[in-house]
Amino acid sequence: MTDLTWIHGALTAARPQAVGALLRYFRDMDRAEEAYQEACLRALKTWPQKGPPRDPAAWLILVGRNAGLDGVRKQARDTALPPDEVISDLEDVETPLAERLDGADYRDDVLRLLFICCHPDLPAVQQIALALRIVSGLTVPQIARAFLVSDVAMEQRITRAKQRIARAAVPFETPGAVERAERLAAVAAMIYLLFNEGYGGASDPARAPLCEEAIRLARLLLRLFPAEPEIMGLLALMLLQQSRLPARFDAEGEAVLLEDQDRSRWDAKLVGEGLALVDKALRHNRPGPYQVQAAIAAVHARAAKAADTDWENIDALYAALERMQPSPVVTLNRAVAIAKLKGAQVALEMIQPLEERLSRYFPYHGARGAFLLQLGREGEARTAFTKAIALAASPAEAAHIRRHLDGLSAE
Amino acid sequence: MLYTLLCYNKEDVVWSWSKAEDDAVMARLSVVHERLVKEGKLGPSLRLLPTTAAATLRGEVVIDGPFAETKEQLLGFYVIDVENLDAALDVARQLSEANPTSVYEIRPIALYVPEARADAPREMVKAY
Repeated sequence: MTDLTWIHGALTAARPQAVGALLRYFRDMDRAEEAYQEACLRALKTWPQKGPPRDPAAWLILVGRNAGLDGVRKQARDTALPPDEVISDLEDVETPLAERLDGADYRDDVLRLLFICCHPDLPAVQQIALALRIVSGLTVPQIARAFLVSDVAMEQRITRAKQRIARAAVPFETPGAVERAERLAAVAAMIYLLFNEGYGGASDPARAPLCEEAIRLARLLLRLFPAEPEIMGLLALMLLQQSRLPARFDAEGEAVLLEDQDRSRWDAKLVGEGLALVDKALRHNRPGPYQVQAAIAAVHARAAKAADTDWENIDALYAALERMQPSPVVTLNRAVAIAKLKGAQVALEMIQPLEERLSRYFPYHGARGAFLLQLGREGEARTAFTKAIALAASPAEAAHIRRHLDGLSAE
Repeated sequence: MLYTLLCYNKEDVVWSWSKAEDDAVMARLSVVHERLVKEGKLGPSLRLLPTTAAATLRGEVVIDGPFAETKEQLLGFYVIDVENLDAALDVARQLSEANPTSVYEIRPIALYVPEARADAPREMVKAY
């Protein structure tokens, strides 16, 4: 008797590899998904009694392929394949298939599957929804809950996205090195979007699985591309941010600022994994935006209390990020480090030129209000905080700023 | 006689468990751990981070990822307490110089449960 938790875990873990291989085989997403579903049903029937196969993905691919062919033959009024009991006994055929899957095919299958979801015609939200459905195997209601829309609306969105990628020609030949690198970058960006989608609403339990899923996909990518420092950086960044989850909200569900968080509640296991990956990435001497952001998160993770934070290091890392990826948001973040090092006045002057571009950006007004408050300019701080509340994306964000305002009124 | 029990499983499956599922397994294990502690049978134990967090030193070459060959067997292990990966690699290099044909996988530890036996051996125990 095999543990059902284990079987569900095995099916989830094997899904990207199995659906990716079935897609290469059938060249049709719907048929690949149906074949995989059929294989899962047979696995749930067979594995509890017989025990799981040595290589669950290889088993699912082979059974799925046969099931898919079976479906084609039924359609053609052809003879059916042998009964399940015969197909399911795979000990003798499993090994050569598993060996072949260890190679580059398997790696490119998973990458292709993820890359298909990143089609540039698809808006970001649809890319994520599609990846959750196809690669992660979340159900439509689960995805709908995470995106706060109805099941019907999400079903339509996913169907439309699938139609769009079905029309787009997906290359099935083995990608070249440059193309592989481009796919990897697109997939990494999509995974980080997925993470942020969950992170922004992490006080809402329906969205928390998005972060876990993004981390799982990044671990998968890193197993396939073990020497890519930017993938190490991406995974480290998400792990270090996720480690703070237990401390990010207070008992009332209000957001707690990084410097006010109870660091003893940070998840030490995730911190350890994140720091280990940052160390690994830095050895490559090929810095990139994910690595730098992970390094910044690592500086915070290494500070036992907020006062121990190495702000000079953070300032230098944000300066590096500004050079790699110039953006007013990066400059705003750097200003927070500058405020610690050189005072609120310098920080305020630094963010003044960003006003126009960030006028709709909640954290800009929050940070500006905080700098003004430090300088004793309470009237202006009040105006900035009021603007921030109007732009807050979640009640937790708004409540946090409101606390500043309440503090001002009390004085 | 001292034994070490090495736990194997499919890492992508185990690290796909939700926190609740992982916690449930750890809770079941901790019942066994407590019993073993009471019986005076449990030395230090530990859980490793995933192999994606590992690096491997083969001679002078550092490879990303875990030790992946199947031709060599696990012969022993060390638990070391150092600042970071570079410091861990430095220790591994010292061991590698002393024993040049061995390969050293450097894998961070997720959870370390120290020795709980009051009468734990304080000196080297040799089985040979």
